[in-house]
Amino acid sequence: MTEATATNPEPASPARRFDFMKAFHTYGTFVIFLILLVVAAAQSDAFLSERNAMNVLRQMSGIGIMAIGMLFVILTRGIDLSVGSIAALGSVSSAILLREYPLPVGIAMVVGIGAACGLLSGIFIAFFRLPAFVITLAMMTAARGFALILSNGQPITLGAPGKALSSFGTSFTFGFPNPALLMFALFLIALVVLNFSRFGRLVKAIGSNEEAVRLSGISVPWYVLSVYVISGALAAVAGVIITSRSGVGSASVGEGNELDVIAAVVIGGASLMGGRGGVVNTFLGVMILGVIGNIMNLAGVPGYHQQVYLGVIIVIAVVLQNGSTLLRR
Amino acid sequence: MTALIELQAISKNFSGIHALREVDFDLNAGEVHALVGENGAGKSTLMRVLGGEMRPSGGRQLIEGEEIRLAGPTDAIRRGIAVIHQEMALAPDLTVAENIFLGQLPAQINWSRLNERARKLIERLGFAISPRAEVSSLPVAHQQVVEIAKALSRDVKAIVFDEPTAVLSTGDATRLLQIIRDLRADGVGVVYISHRLDEIYAISDRITVMKDGRRVGTVTPAEVPVQDLIPMMVGRPLSQLFGDKPETTIGDEILRVDGMCLPNGVRDVSFAIRAGEVVGLGGLVGSGRTEVARAIFGADPVSAGKMVLKGRPYSPRTPKQAVRRGVGLVPEDRKGQGVVLDMAIAKNATMANSARVTTAGFFRPDAEASLVQELIRSLRIKLGSMHDPVSSLSGGNQQKVVLAKWFNANPDLVILDEPTRGVDVGAKTEIYSLIHRLASEGKAVIVISSEHAELFGLCDRVLVMGEGELRGELQPQDFEEEKLLALSMMRQSQPGTVRPQTARETHA
Repeated sequence: MTEATATNPEPASPARRFDFMKAFHTYGTFVIFLILLVVAAAQSDAFLSERNAMNVLRQMSGIGIMAIGMLFVILTRGIDLSVGSIAALGSVSSAILLREYPLPVGIAMVVGIGAACGLLSGIFIAFFRLPAFVITLAMMTAARGFALILSNGQPITLGAPGKALSSFGTSFTFGFPNPALLMFALFLIALVVLNFSRFGRLVKAIGSNEEAVRLSGISVPWYVLSVYVISGALAAVAGVIITSRSGVGSASVGEGNELDVIAAVVIGGASLMGGRGGVVNTFLGVMILGVIGNIMNLAGVPGYHQQVYLGVIIVIAVVLQNGSTLLRR
Repeated sequence: MTALIELQAISKNFSGIHALREVDFDLNAGEVHALVGENGAGKSTLMRVLGGEMRPSGGRQLIEGEEIRLAGPTDAIRRGIAVIHQEMALAPDLTVAENIFLGQLPAQINWSRLNERARKLIERLGFAISPRAEVSSLPVAHQQVVEIAKALSRDVKAIVFDEPTAVLSTGDATRLLQIIRDLRADGVGVVYISHRLDEIYAISDRITVMKDGRRVGTVTPAEVPVQDLIPMMVGRPLSQLFGDKPETTIGDEILRVDGMCLPNGVRDVSFAIRAGEVVGLGGLVGSGRTEVARAIFGADPVSAGKMVLKGRPYSPRTPKQAVRRGVGLVPEDRKGQGVVLDMAIAKNATMANSARVTTAGFFRPDAEASLVQELIRSLRIKLGSMHDPVSSLSGGNQQKVVLAKWFNANPDLVILDEPTRGVDVGAKTEIYSLIHRLASEGKAVIVISSEHAELFGLCDRVLVMGEGELRGELQPQDFEEEKLLALSMMRQSQPGTVRPQTARETHA
């Protein structure tokens, strides 16, 4: 087959078409999000209720926090498959550590554990130049294993200092669930870092053209290492947040989450080839994922069917995202 | 006689910009038709239309008198049109034979027969390249040969060469021109795009000049001599190309390289360079010039030898250490190594040194904007907005962004590897004057170039490399192409035993 079926040129309005495409490229994720909101509101009255909205926000807070780290990793043209497992390790270790240590110390230790996992992956990826896919796949298995060992495969109820965590996770401030507020704050920090810091700029540049960055006198491996540390630390935070909502630390937390997180970042228009992606769009990607699940729950779509629809919707979103590239010529 | 290919009033618009305006172009069988013009004149776009990669917004395309509408590159190839691009389109991990026959491999492959056919095709081109070699292991010149063999493996009526010699050394370029003459003798129509006018005058039957997406005219080499062709392209005579070299005072020694050996075959290279000097590094492609430059910049490891930078021992293991010590490199592969194409011009310009525009690791947008504005003015970079991606610029202006990066970092030693490759005549002149400016600001400058006229026009002296050795040095009174080639191609000593004398005589 050749491209004989392609359409004829449209010399009439190339300028208008381009502008539309460019706009879509920039705001595509937002448009998809709006369309989903309209569809959802038409589907179910319950959707627009405050209670439901807050539920979605709270449910997505773990995925959202992990998506921030994943965005940085994907911008460098990497991938981190270990986030779900590190969240589990964070969940289990927070439940254990918060029996002995006060809240701030315990949380800091948990975040440190997540960062250490990321550091280990990052060293292999940045300095030994091994494929991120394989290394983080290994970390995904190992971290989950650690979580199972530490918890003996049993859920661990939060101890005394952990009660403070539980109450944080289940209560509201300014009408928003605390986990969602934490996610907002982290997204805001990421927005500033990615757009205004030297670090953020170089992370993006490395994903676009690593060699040009290296030949500008920049030590690329340190930046690559950093994004895995960030991703590991944020995954542990997500694990703590998930634990705070349920009140139980469990090694089964975050199972399969790495794929949701990657899906959210990609729906947000980031390129797995690196260099392209933004914080706001990633946030919208997370919300799109949350709203889709929510609509289907409200509409009573059975769980197994939901997975199929989700797959289809991810493909549609990505095709729309890349529409301008596909239609160029 | 019907033309082999005829393009009539071809127009092409991109988002309202007219890349081509009603361009006529025709190619006869058995002729070499050169296409010249500055970068952005529309040459490559026209050839994309001819090769079926782009549909024109208007105009007609005829092949052997029959109007056709190409559906895509595959369609063009089937009709006997092959385009050999500036950026090569080979699969690096496949073998030479696999690349040549890619797209026409039978279901059942007889490897020995395929390799034999590939070998014959390459031999016909006058080269000896193993058909089993992986393409990534070949030097650029040989990759180009593979591209041509690929085109010839099909029944080809017309071949377009888009700046084929830009990456080739003089020797390889001469062989390529011979190949083109042979193709012409076989009745193939050849379109030849190049910035090297001497080549164009050597082989073309007709020359079409383009400017700003229009055809300025089609002439024969006999009726329009070179000095009249350049004004057609830019409106500037040849003699003004290099400009006057400003008076510079030669200062202290900046870099001394002593007995440098590299794992990739460079042996015992020694030389020194002073502040304010522009030193050329000449020789054939593959003679080790780029390797020496990269080693000085810490981009590749050194296996033996010493370097002294500004009086202190210097052994950079990373480009970062080199930049800290005051060394900058404009790499040979602009798009692959020089700039981050998708990133804004401003962000590229401040990449090597952002100390003055950041506080605690965060950019001060106003400070950055005014710094970049100053660089744009000073280097005369032509752009829409500094926030546009570098990919929106022409080749010459992209190269100026790389230069801006180093003007901003303010190193003591600047190495420029093929600084004007694929850059149009107008921008070349400006880059030459920027190189002179670096020297007059008291920097030591090393220029690597395959264009000998460029080295002679720019440099105070030229070091000549050949097969990994430094074979000698040319002073201005010896600036002749023959002398450079003789030095480069003549072995003076057994490898590694005797040091080239000329290098030690300098500044002894």
